[in-house]
Amino acid sequence: MLIIPCPHCGPRPENEFRYSGEAHVVRPADPETLDDAALAELLYMRSNPKGRHAERWRHIHGCGWFFNCIRDTVTDRIERTYPAGTAP
Amino acid sequence: MRFRTADGGRIDRTRTLNFSFDGRALTGHPGDTLASALLANGIHLMGRSFKYHRPRGLLAAGIEEPNALVHVDRGGGRDAPNLRATQVELYEGLNATSQNRYPSLALDVGEAARLFSRFLPAGFYYKTFMWPASFWKRLYEPVIRAAAGLGRAPVLPDPDRYLHRYAHCEVLVIGAGAAGLAAARDAAVTGARVILCDEQNEMGGGLLSEPAATIDGQPAAAWVAAVLADLDSRANVTLLPRATAFGWYPDNMIGVAERVTDHLATPDARVPRERMWQIRAREVVIATGAHERPLVFPDNDRPGIMLAGAARLFLNRHGVRPGARAVIATACDSAYAAALDLHAAGVAIALIADLRANPVGPAIDAARAAGITVRTGTSITGSTGHLRVTGALIGTEWVACDCILMSGGWTPSLHMHAQSRGKLRFDAATANFLPVAMAGQRSTGACAGMFDLATILPGHAVSGIITPDGGHAGLVPGAKPKRAFVDFQNDVTAKDLLLATQEGFRSIEHVKRYTTTGMATDQGKTSNINALAIVAGELGNTIPEVGLTTYRPPYSPVTFGTIAGASRGALFDPERRAPMHDQAVALGARFEDVGPWKRAWYFPGPGEDLHAAVARECRAVRGSVGIFDASTLGKIEVVGADAAEFLNRLYTNAWTKLGVGRCRYGLMLSEAGFVMDDGVVGRIAEDRFHVTTTTGGAPRVLNHMEDYLQTEFPDLRVWLTSATEQWAVIAVQGPGARDLIAPFVEGIDLAPAAFPHMSVREGTICGVPTRLFRVSFTGELGFEINVPADFGPAVWEALMGTGVPTPYGTEAMHVLRAEKGYIIVGQETDGTVTPDDLGLSGMIAKSKKDFVGKRALRRPDLVVPNRKQLVGLLTEDPAVVLEEGAQIVADPAQPIPMRMIGHVTSSYASPTLGRSIAMALVEGGRGRMGKLLYVPMPGHTIAVRVVEPVFHDKAGARLDG
Ligand SMILES: [Zn+2]
Repeated sequence: MLIIPCPHCGPRPENEFRYSGEAHVVRPADPETLDDAALAELLYMRSNPKGRHAERWRHIHGCGWFFNCIRDTVTDRIERTYPAGTAP
Repeated sequence: MRFRTADGGRIDRTRTLNFSFDGRALTGHPGDTLASALLANGIHLMGRSFKYHRPRGLLAAGIEEPNALVHVDRGGGRDAPNLRATQVELYEGLNATSQNRYPSLALDVGEAARLFSRFLPAGFYYKTFMWPASFWKRLYEPVIRAAAGLGRAPVLPDPDRYLHRYAHCEVLVIGAGAAGLAAARDAAVTGARVILCDEQNEMGGGLLSEPAATIDGQPAAAWVAAVLADLDSRANVTLLPRATAFGWYPDNMIGVAERVTDHLATPDARVPRERMWQIRAREVVIATGAHERPLVFPDNDRPGIMLAGAARLFLNRHGVRPGARAVIATACDSAYAAALDLHAAGVAIALIADLRANPVGPAIDAARAAGITVRTGTSITGSTGHLRVTGALIGTEWVACDCILMSGGWTPSLHMHAQSRGKLRFDAATANFLPVAMAGQRSTGACAGMFDLATILPGHAVSGIITPDGGHAGLVPGAKPKRAFVDFQNDVTAKDLLLATQEGFRSIEHVKRYTTTGMATDQGKTSNINALAIVAGELGNTIPEVGLTTYRPPYSPVTFGTIAGASRGALFDPERRAPMHDQAVALGARFEDVGPWKRAWYFPGPGEDLHAAVARECRAVRGSVGIFDASTLGKIEVVGADAAEFLNRLYTNAWTKLGVGRCRYGLMLSEAGFVMDDGVVGRIAEDRFHVTTTTGGAPRVLNHMEDYLQTEFPDLRVWLTSATEQWAVIAVQGPGARDLIAPFVEGIDLAPAAFPHMSVREGTICGVPTRLFRVSFTGELGFEINVPADFGPAVWEALMGTGVPTPYGTEAMHVLRAEKGYIIVGQETDGTVTPDDLGLSGMIAKSKKDFVGKRALRRPDLVVPNRKQLVGLLTEDPAVVLEEGAQIVADPAQPIPMRMIGHVTSSYASPTLGRSIAMALVEGGRGRMGKLLYVPMPGHTIAVRVVEPVFHDKAGARLDG
């Protein structure tokens, strides 16, 4: 079980968290301006890297905050976590 | 106990324990294992092999034992199969039986399978699947299932308790041999929290079977006792004997299975049978030792043939001789230590056959000095005997014996290191893979290739111990591969491995799966390196080129009870009960599972079945008044200055203009434009909304709301609180609803003009504060009484006490809403349905610039004309009720496979209409009004007519009572 450092609570076991998909998928301020291709990209296309991955977790059984995390998908090592809305 | 020595060993000879094996009454001593006690009684035959039913005895003396698997029955469901006899501690009254034999160990009809062994070659599982399927099903599978296998699964519920413990420490040491004890002591003196676990009953590891060894001038066993006493005296140290570290999980989380009571004759009922420890350690010191390798030669599996180190352990720890006359076959010095100890204990050593051409060193000198015949450069190439070995083929000579003690050298136990994803390196000098330390863990002792006690205990004076130099992997030179067992537990021979390579397998992972070598419950502890050497030799590669297979948990079998812990029975999947659950039980409700909830399904009267009860409940709601526990609906309190704007962005509807005290049916979409949830939302105050969700959707909707609030709209001043369990909700529905509640309500004007449909008021009912909603999910005049959850039962009983309302359950609720064409998200929708598909385009506020899912509704695929749309279906025969999920076709005469154009989402017998009704999603459905479609069923086809999905009171006149 991973130890995930919640940016607000500190290191906690993985079963307090819920995975929430890739991070930094930006919902535009006005989605109406998106063309169909850009919309499909936003909704369905994810990077799925082998290696360093920016992803979202939620400390659902803790503080409840969503936050971002850099995790290596090969080694499962977590490089760091940082609050939602901040740059990696 | 003919084979018990006169003295020595770590057993208590002053006490005798009675036990039985296969019904035979036997005795042993405290300190015995079942294995050592059987050996003391001269019993080697302990099991039958998995595939060929070959007679088998002990190979090893510990956790790595592949053959001697027994069933221990304490009665009353305390029933454990597949225990290694080498780990079963003897206690008074132990009742053990052998496995995989019929009718008895000595006379086993399954042994005839041996005769067919040429039909069970490597990969036979895969090959037999290619035979005609009917042969497999009727002939081979039943025969193979009956013949092959290990123990019987217990049939009674397990009455024992199992617990989980969580622990944190700075240093976890796995294994309490010399290296582990030293590591634990070094860590303990720093004040760090130390946990030392060991899978055996007694800590000390190999030192416990080295009677001549001394450390700093004192006997090794005394050194062990002193270190343990010191550790035990420290508050920062936890000692866990009988605790097997079985799994390594990310970030140094180690699973440890502790056997708490299995060794006791009369366990204390207050104590759990086993504990699973989940230990999070800053550093893990792996000191798991090494496992001795068998020599691979034909018929190397007869009872009486065992590892030399095992024989030595039985002698030195349990005071048991493995036989009267032993042949020692070895490629390693450690077998000389066994020969010397056994010789001193009165076992005749016929000879030592050493594979090595010119072994030298103190061990060899000592054996010769003791007068033991040593033949070097000599292979063992066969054995004879049936239920017990009677001779060894040494070169060309048959040598009579009743036991063969073999050693192919020692394999470091890499399981825990490899499970941690630690890297390995190949040490050419010793031909061993060795662990490479990494952050948070290191290996020490024999598992790290340190076999010399002086290296393991630097700074200590050690003597009297033979270092196990030398070794051999793979088939013995000059031996044939047939019946030369590599994996004893899965009955894999050298011939099987050669066959696999001849059939083209190159990857060791593929060879492993094809032959099943190393895949038994012993995890290949004694077989992996021999298998690897054979495959490498055949492929012309080196061992490191071929590489090791992946190590996975568990290191050793773990009981289901230990894994489950307290999660059994009612705690396995805890059920959620609504506030009025007890009232429903008292009314005789039948319940159904809705997610984790138990919901009252229907309330059968005397002699009523589901159909009759539901019909009566529906008629009561339409004709007078029904009462329903709606508490499971999700409830979220949305509060804050920007609450209305937040709902504007999360729901398709517009909320800004919703007046305080008014309600609106809200439709929530995913960003992809599909219906995600729905529910009534009431505005309690300018800045406060009472949001309801579907029963199953509550956690998902709250998570979705939090996600957008935190990450997309963090500028909004809104707070979200789950209130599902704070409110009991009593739905009162029917033309008599107002009259029923009126006497109990204070502070709310219930007059239709003052309290119209789709509004909410705060007041009291039965003196309890309430949020009273005037809403309807039945099409009748209706109220939903929200009161603090603990008051729900009292209000329910007050209303029931009038004798007026009829309780109804979820089935009637479903029928009533379907008669009105109200959808249920998750039944009429499946995650690919848009508002327009449901005929709910009117729910989409045109005025709003943006809401979640709005842009996606214009995606090309979401606006094609032929999308599946919600329609009603009426069967031509009104008595026929369609099956939910049934497929719909336009032309029933078309050839199979037919083109399916939709499916039935809801279907009921409607008591109100006196006929069946159904809803369906059908391609271009709204354009097919009045048309006939068909529902093909096995053996017949049902004709249905497409209608509007509202069957009752289309005008909605009944909402006002
Ligand atoms: Zn947190």
